[in-house]
Amino acid sequence: MELLVSSDATLSQKSRWLWLHSVLVYAFLYLPIVTLIVYSFNGAGVGGFPPRNLTLNWYRILWQDDPIWASVQNSLIVAAAAVAIALGFGIPAALALDRADFPGKAIFRRLVLLPLILPGIITGLSILMLVNIGHVNLSLMTIILGHGTALISVATTEVFAGLQKLDRAQEEASLDLGANYWQTFWRVTLPNLKLPIVGAALLIFTLSMDEIAVSFFLIGRYNTLPLEIWGRLRRGITPEINAISTIIFVFSLVAIVIWYKLRASAEGSREVAAELVQSA
Amino acid sequence: MFSRAYKMAVTLPPLLWVTLFLLVPYLLMLCYSFWTVVDGNVVHHWNLGNYGELITKDVYRATLLRSMWIAARVTIFALLLGYPLAYFLSFYAGARKNLFYQLVIIPLWVSYLVRAYAWKTILGTDGVLNTLLQFFHVTQHPVDSLLYSPFAVVLTLTHIYTPFVVLPIYAAMEHIPRNLVEASHDLGASPLQTFWRVIFPLSVPGMIAGATFAFVLSLGDFLAPQLLGGPSGIMISNIVVSLFGAAFNWPLGAAISFCILVLVVSLLAVAERLEKKWSYS
Repeated sequence: MELLVSSDATLSQKSRWLWLHSVLVYAFLYLPIVTLIVYSFNGAGVGGFPPRNLTLNWYRILWQDDPIWASVQNSLIVAAAAVAIALGFGIPAALALDRADFPGKAIFRRLVLLPLILPGIITGLSILMLVNIGHVNLSLMTIILGHGTALISVATTEVFAGLQKLDRAQEEASLDLGANYWQTFWRVTLPNLKLPIVGAALLIFTLSMDEIAVSFFLIGRYNTLPLEIWGRLRRGITPEINAISTIIFVFSLVAIVIWYKLRASAEGSREVAAELVQSA
Repeated sequence: MFSRAYKMAVTLPPLLWVTLFLLVPYLLMLCYSFWTVVDGNVVHHWNLGNYGELITKDVYRATLLRSMWIAARVTIFALLLGYPLAYFLSFYAGARKNLFYQLVIIPLWVSYLVRAYAWKTILGTDGVLNTLLQFFHVTQHPVDSLLYSPFAVVLTLTHIYTPFVVLPIYAAMEHIPRNLVEASHDLGASPLQTFWRVIFPLSVPGMIAGATFAFVLSLGDFLAPQLLGGPSGIMISNIVVSLFGAAFNWPLGAAISFCILVLVVSLLAVAERLEKKWSYS
């Protein structure tokens, strides 16, 4: 392709337009993120150009803001529990889709994946109705139930994609050599799926930390971070929200870097997220 | 090679969980949609009144149509922005392909709420864009139609869903065998002909996947409209939220939710069929 590009004048013209277009799209994608970060240091509030009176004051206010940190703690608990539920049911679901035949399998597959694309508010409301019929009080537990259940879809797609690439000969050999299914699962299947499982866990954790639609009606007395931010946005906005967002962004970046390091060291594939999108 | 017990062990737990916590709730919502509210209490009196109301009252139809129109615009803009970017990534990015690809993914990891909020601070009357325009004397007075309009919602949702459109198109393009492109060139096709006759048709399944994602996800959105839409930018999920909240009419809200569910599932079925039709084997 490189040869084709340089050998053809009209083509290089075209590639220049593509360059320009791509730069503009990247600018569009990053403009809000850059704005957000810059204005977290802006002494004069969230608006106004140019930013002036650069300050760390908003970070200082944030540091002393107990409700925010309480909500961060709640979100961390919810996210960790959601990862456990989603993986606990998503891994077997992927194995079932890969290896078992049972009546209703096609419906099961669709049902598991549905929360990935259905507006989250609908999944949240449906679970709210179940909770309501069962006379269960809303609490962090109901949020965990919602997140965990909705995110089984992510665990299933990631692990299923991993299973498609798995060489079954190893498992066969393990079984032939006298290991039982349980041993084979723990010693052969699971270690081979380490990468998709870690990837799924990171993704589920991040999605849960950011989740708002499913949680919207399942929230009890204790807010998660996005709902705490949501509540404040409606009361009026201060750069304190930029500050907490910037901190979350930095943590997300660290998570991405870890994830790509892991992924690149294992296979160097570029199709992680695309797989996820396509399999939905 | 897997025993019956193994298959049962991997199938039953997720099957039970998903049935109890997804299938039953969705069915419960269907039941609710046939019930009714009397004196602030939900009464299990089966009737089609809620669906009747959806058909006869203009506000629901108008809001649904507006939501679909907003979602359609988001899809078109996301395709216009995303398709050339995917094409660039796959065919012209060269050695830095991986870096450019990851630059598309990173915004996806930034909180959705936070990005919508960032647009609010950019578009507001004394927001970044308005003060910037005044700073450079483009306008004397702030342009106040930027925020609280369908435009703001479309812009924000396009920003959020463009990466979702880029990724599947890029994946489809990466699967195009490069010798097909070279063969087309060797046989005398111009670059434009090669694009239209070889690359474009093979990228259609990716486009369909990306467009479906953008359309369905923006159709059901309620945060961006509530944050940036104003009264003229209200979407269908906002109505659902208010029916389950202040307006307290769960049955009617359930009926709308169920209609959205049916709409989404049928769109997915159509998209799946189209994708199959366009994928080569």
